[in-house]
Amino acid sequence: MKDAVRIETPLADETCRLLKAGDKVFLSGEVYTGRDMAHRRLCDAARKGEKLPIPLQGTTIFYAAPTPASPGRIIGSVGPTTSYRMDSCTLELLRMGLKGMIGKGRRSPEVVEAIRECRAVYFGAPGGVAALLSRHVKKAQVVAYEDLGPEAILKLEVSDMPLVVLIDSHGRDLYGSVLGIDKNA
Amino acid sequence: MNPIREVSCETVTETVRKLFIEANTVLGEDILEAVNRACAAEESYIARLALEQICENARIAREEVVALCQDTGLAVVFAEVGQDVHVVGGSFGVSVQEGVRRAYSEGYFRKSLCDPLTRKNTGDNTPAVVHTEIVPGDRIRLQVMAKGGGSENMSSVHMLLPTAGVEGIENAVLESVRKAGPNPCPPVVLGVGIGGTVERAALLSKKALLRPLGEKSGDNRLAKMEEDILDKLNRLGFGPQGYGGKTTALAVSIEMEPCHIASLPVAVSIQCHASRHKEAVI
Repeated sequence: MKDAVRIETPLADETCRLLKAGDKVFLSGEVYTGRDMAHRRLCDAARKGEKLPIPLQGTTIFYAAPTPASPGRIIGSVGPTTSYRMDSCTLELLRMGLKGMIGKGRRSPEVVEAIRECRAVYFGAPGGVAALLSRHVKKAQVVAYEDLGPEAILKLEVSDMPLVVLIDSHGRDLYGSVLGIDKNA
Repeated sequence: MNPIREVSCETVTETVRKLFIEANTVLGEDILEAVNRACAAEESYIARLALEQICENARIAREEVVALCQDTGLAVVFAEVGQDVHVVGGSFGVSVQEGVRRAYSEGYFRKSLCDPLTRKNTGDNTPAVVHTEIVPGDRIRLQVMAKGGGSENMSSVHMLLPTAGVEGIENAVLESVRKAGPNPCPPVVLGVGIGGTVERAALLSKKALLRPLGEKSGDNRLAKMEEDILDKLNRLGFGPQGYGGKTTALAVSIEMEPCHIASLPVAVSIQCHASRHKEAVI
């Protein structure tokens, strides 16, 4: 991508500070997949004070559930699911150290504010181009909640995944303050 | 009396299997043409890039026979069964479900169906939603659609005042897409169902999604509305992937039937750019 910035996980505070809504990035490093049911379980465990199956400090979560890998492949097709469904759990996870999120679509005003407070970043991955995105995954391993099937938590090693900053650590939102098309939504 | 034509249930299963594998791995030429046209019209680099990624993704999926999108959808089947057909060797409904089961297993597609309450996955992407209609003739027409959940979540039914008119309908449709914004993977394809009852309008809106992109309604009033709505949608500014741009929708298709004098049902089925549907006649 033209003018894209290369960044790595775990996301450093300084990296987060410099990213602005609308920036194009290539992300590399470790990310965990997790969507609806995995979030529910992580939040339930956190509320009960139980140990979480993945570290949250500095972590980046990719809201995704890939297709099964056919023989000889690292992963099946993989891409983002719509993020707003994770909003209520996200508030808790951000307070526990979550630093990056990869998904698609809007977030609630509460999540935007929490992203600002916690100096985190929300990235958009292109939806519906999962065969293309799967080429950026170099390793994949189930690390938690295997019984959830496609919704299990996977640890992925990604390389130069093409993303766009949707909400930056200063609380700027691509849809709201940047494009100015979403004021009344 | 017309002679009865026999169709084996194995033929039904095999046809459904093939259609779902093709639907999930080969994007329709009509979609690709619309995306290419949109790409030529976009001014912003990021919007063009998003559209180019859709074409590149389609090429990879077709060549490697892998799923276009990780959400390989809830399987929807529209079956028009000729009244002079006799399905032999088993049940028609079971044969359709078996075709879905085989496609999602053999195609390495995601199994995305679960119990609504426990959220336990059904394990084989069944049951498919099957709409069966008895029609004249001795053929079976099968149209299959792999319907993604993210765009389906943004779909809606509006019971408008009977006097709301064209303006009321257009406003309801525009409002649905504005509310959905970047969530359903734009550029979207919009199916609109007008008339009938609450469930009939919803069904019409789904059927509208089967129409090839670029083909207008045969009813001039609807063709005009399709054009007007598309034009207004593409001024919303969300653009491809919601990154900003001129292409928020690729097409609008409207189907209409008469309704009750007290009602004006309008349903909007939102489909992401990966509009995956195929058909066959057996």
